[in-house]
Amino acid sequence: MRYRLLYFAALCDAAGRAEETVTSGAPDVLALYIELAARHGFTFAPERLRVAVNGAFTDWNHHLADNDEVVFLPPVSGG
Amino acid sequence: MDGFSISAAPIDAARLQRGLEAAGVGAVVCFEGRVRDHNDGRAVHALSYQAYVELAQAEGQRIVDEARSCFPVERIVCVHRIGDLALGEVAVWAGVSAGHRAAAFDACRYVIDQVKARVPIWKREHYVEGDSEWLHP
Repeated sequence: MRYRLLYFAALCDAAGRAEETVTSGAPDVLALYIELAARHGFTFAPERLRVAVNGAFTDWNHHLADNDEVVFLPPVSGG
Repeated sequence: MDGFSISAAPIDAARLQRGLEAAGVGAVVCFEGRVRDHNDGRAVHALSYQAYVELAQAEGQRIVDEARSCFPVERIVCVHRIGDLALGEVAVWAGVSAGHRAAAFDACRYVIDQVKARVPIWKREHYVEGDSEWLHP
């Protein structure tokens, strides 16, 4: 399946890009993160991140569908 | 103008405060978060903010709606800057008007605390020595 990824802050720096489309067999958000963390050298443990799919917060077990937009959200620091 | 927004342009606090006016208002509380020249013992000369705009807008509005349902207030406005900010610039502005001061203080505190904790916005500190770093507390 094809997934659209958006990267922010330290994850954007680590990936060297703000977005990408990947082809992956990962069935859920956690499997996709593990795959991409290995590829890009992400050092955040999953429990430090939140996840969003198609613009809404969700959880690591979220089952992915073709063309989903997935975002891993590092700890926020607004304000 | 009521609610939460993300702004790439400088925050005009006077204009935002006018948006808090209503006939029943007896108290107005405004908070400004500004870019300061130091953090964690390091000299800072600028900040950059990045947002996942679509979700930040939705989560910020959710926080404003929560505050409205929890406190007897008239108007709630919160704006967060993105992009590059110089020392002294307003990074986030939250204003609440209400019939009485307790609700205005409480709602303003709720909004700014929740925005800092939940809204997907990230700060990069640019240090006087020339390096920079994303903050992920």
